[in-house]
Amino acid sequence: MSVKVWIAGGGVISGIGMNLEENLQAFKDMRTGMTKMQYLQSVHQDAFPVAEVKADNDTLADMARMPETTSRTALLSLIAAREAWKSTGLGDISRYRVGFVSANTVGGMDKTEDFFKAFLPNPGGGRLQQVVHHECGAVTELVADALGVRHHISTISTACSSGANALMYGARLIRNNIVDIVIAGGTDSLTRFTLNGFNTLMILDQQPCRPFDETRTGLNLGEGAGYVVLVSDNLLAHIQPWARLSGFANANDAYHQTASSPDGTGNYLAMKGALDMAGLTPEDIGYINLHGTGTQNNDVSEGIAINRLFAPHFPAMSSTKSFTGHTLGASGGIEAVYAALALKEGIIYPNARFRRQMKELPFAPATAFSTGNDLKHVMSNSFGFGGNCSSLVFSKE
Amino acid sequence: MNIYINGTGCISPQETAQIGPLFSTLKEYDQVRLQAVDPDYKQWIDLKQIRRMSRVVKMGVGAANLSMEEAGIKMPDAIITGTAYGCLDDTGVFLNKMVSQEEQMLTPTAFIQSTHNTVGGQIALLLGCNAYNNTFVHRGFSFENSLLDATMILREGEAKTVLAGGLDEITHYSYQVLSRFGLYKKAPVKTMELLKSPDRGTIAGEGAAFFVLSPEKGTHTVAELAGVCTIYKPLWEGEVIGEIVKFLEAQDLTLEDIDLLVTGRNGDIAQDEIYEEVAAALFPDHPEACFKHLCGEYPTAMAFGAWMANRIIAEQDVPEAAMFYGQAPARIKNVLIYNHHQGTHHALILLKAC
Amino acid sequence: MLLCGKKPHTSQQSRSNKTNMEKLMEDLKSQIIEQLNLQEVKPEDIGNDEPLFKTGLGLDSIDALELIVLLQQHYNIRIANPEQGPEIFHSIRTMAAFITAQQKQQA
Repeated sequence: MSVKVWIAGGGVISGIGMNLEENLQAFKDMRTGMTKMQYLQSVHQDAFPVAEVKADNDTLADMARMPETTSRTALLSLIAAREAWKSTGLGDISRYRVGFVSANTVGGMDKTEDFFKAFLPNPGGGRLQQVVHHECGAVTELVADALGVRHHISTISTACSSGANALMYGARLIRNNIVDIVIAGGTDSLTRFTLNGFNTLMILDQQPCRPFDETRTGLNLGEGAGYVVLVSDNLLAHIQPWARLSGFANANDAYHQTASSPDGTGNYLAMKGALDMAGLTPEDIGYINLHGTGTQNNDVSEGIAINRLFAPHFPAMSSTKSFTGHTLGASGGIEAVYAALALKEGIIYPNARFRRQMKELPFAPATAFSTGNDLKHVMSNSFGFGGNCSSLVFSKE
Repeated sequence: MNIYINGTGCISPQETAQIGPLFSTLKEYDQVRLQAVDPDYKQWIDLKQIRRMSRVVKMGVGAANLSMEEAGIKMPDAIITGTAYGCLDDTGVFLNKMVSQEEQMLTPTAFIQSTHNTVGGQIALLLGCNAYNNTFVHRGFSFENSLLDATMILREGEAKTVLAGGLDEITHYSYQVLSRFGLYKKAPVKTMELLKSPDRGTIAGEGAAFFVLSPEKGTHTVAELAGVCTIYKPLWEGEVIGEIVKFLEAQDLTLEDIDLLVTGRNGDIAQDEIYEEVAAALFPDHPEACFKHLCGEYPTAMAFGAWMANRIIAEQDVPEAAMFYGQAPARIKNVLIYNHHQGTHHALILLKAC
Repeated sequence: MLLCGKKPHTSQQSRSNKTNMEKLMEDLKSQIIEQLNLQEVKPEDIGNDEPLFKTGLGLDSIDALELIVLLQQHYNIRIANPEQGPEIFHSIRTMAAFITAQQKQQA
């Protein structure tokens, strides 16, 4: 049954760059995106480093050619989705059956939380314009409408695995001949809601994070958007593919609402399932883009699951969240772009600020950026709250 | 591959969690905001977990369990949830505290319960289910997307049973905000008078409906999910009419083959116009049943409609409370459900008795 | 771990002669029930030395975070490291002891 699904292009906006090229340059220069909070207004401004996109809403609105009152989540999404489409060279989007599958966790919450200040003391307070795009799906449609996509539009929200699940659903839509092309990925903007929410879980690092390091003490939140353009094999002649989406799997940890199981059951099942679909063995994987948030819990669970599956042949691996922070709904999408690009250019991304190997693990992440590596297959992990674990495998052909 | 509906479960403003003929204990309201009738959730959730759960999560868990009980399964091969608004109550609680306490001394429970995938996650947690788990949050297509995802996964051949559903809640805050958008009636309307109401606005509702889908028929199966189709922002009624004809053709059906039309009329005279146009163009003499006067309007109300249609097929009868036009047909094999939310999200579901 | 002995009391003096520790433990039970929404649990159902986590009351890591906030809200005590949680929150009595010790320090 499986029609092959190719990656024809990608776009990213994040705390380390306004487009994919800038992101790549940041990795080369070892320039990470965590700074003191500059754009979001919060009482915790000085407490936690964050990796914000280095532009205010007016600038983003200009870039996106949207009204200044537009939700930041939508602006980031549109900028990255447009870059992704443009990079394919496919031209006029209306000539194809195109779907848009976007993930996010907060929707237009950046505006809603402002609305609430006026609304709480007075039910007539606050401007309705601030909440008209509150829903996750409303943000997606703002972008779909601007892109001119009508055939199939959907929004997925499974916490930190959302973006990866968007690619899976997109691939299925193509395999089932519902559309020929899907712009798939995710977006999220930094909000007080998320910042405070993660703070209540006491998993935010007050320093720049150290994923997969023995001394890690939490994650840094980021924001951004990342989309790949998935294209059916039927259109292969029209594109210059970066990679093929050869395998994917979604499993549930079913252990706890927010914590991962100590042996990483869900993580293991997702990675194994993705390999099985791709018809690969663990040794075939040349690089893993880790979920690697930097929390005590995630990194040990993910590490143990990798150990179970890959020992004794560990591929190169790194957490790009050490550069971009944890971009939540965007992470699966952003990291899919990085993974596909890794195959196209033979890139292994560095894991920043790594000093000490975790005592539970017999491997350590890569710490230097390199290109020209002979990578045939790359894996990208995304593990989230609600036990939602997803893993994607990309192949050179 | 046929996709059978082996079990269904529904929690709604009607007594749908009870066993018994459809709407035999009809709840008639005279209000603009309907609230779901809660069964005793402790039969599925123990006290230690229930204390954290908001209503929408309990509704989802309850409906999911009811559908699995009917299907006679303990563990599905996938869990797929559709919710447009997610967990509004906890979102509101956290926002409230965040604003009034100026971001200080906030507690985690409301935050973690506010994420959209909480319902799907809790169902998996309670069952110990490691299988595929996904949540769609796309407005008036959240439920339809979950059905489509379920269908695509079943077609891949590995999964044998998929639990798919749609749910949404209405809360104090959301009701206030949505009212300000002018969605609802200015004055209460009686349940059985809503659909003839001559002015703008509908009534707010909520509910959860889950379905166990499988390529193999179960003991209580009465219908198959023969097709799902979504139409985004149709430019005019002609587009919807064209899609309906195409949809039926793809099923090798003519308009005459449809025994019962079920529509999502909601009592808003402007929004209901398109149902008039479609019925007039395609189904002028067909019997038509409705459901939103019974469950209220919300983005995943189609789940209630699909649940009702399945029960209608099971009982081979349409309760008077649901009948809108014509007489209940003697034989009910092919049921076409046509619904839209806010005029922008139109969907079709076809159920076939089997 | 007893902080101080009880004075012998007559029936008229019963409540006022409860030690601070006992009053604190009673208050904690009510506060915990409210904070954690422990429906159908009454203060008298919670033993002073009964484990709060895993067994006994069966609380989990999210509840631990809630209790950290409770300490801040009601007793103005900040716990920066959630890993201290299991020790402090072992039982009502250990919680009360911790609070008393912290309050002495702050005084």
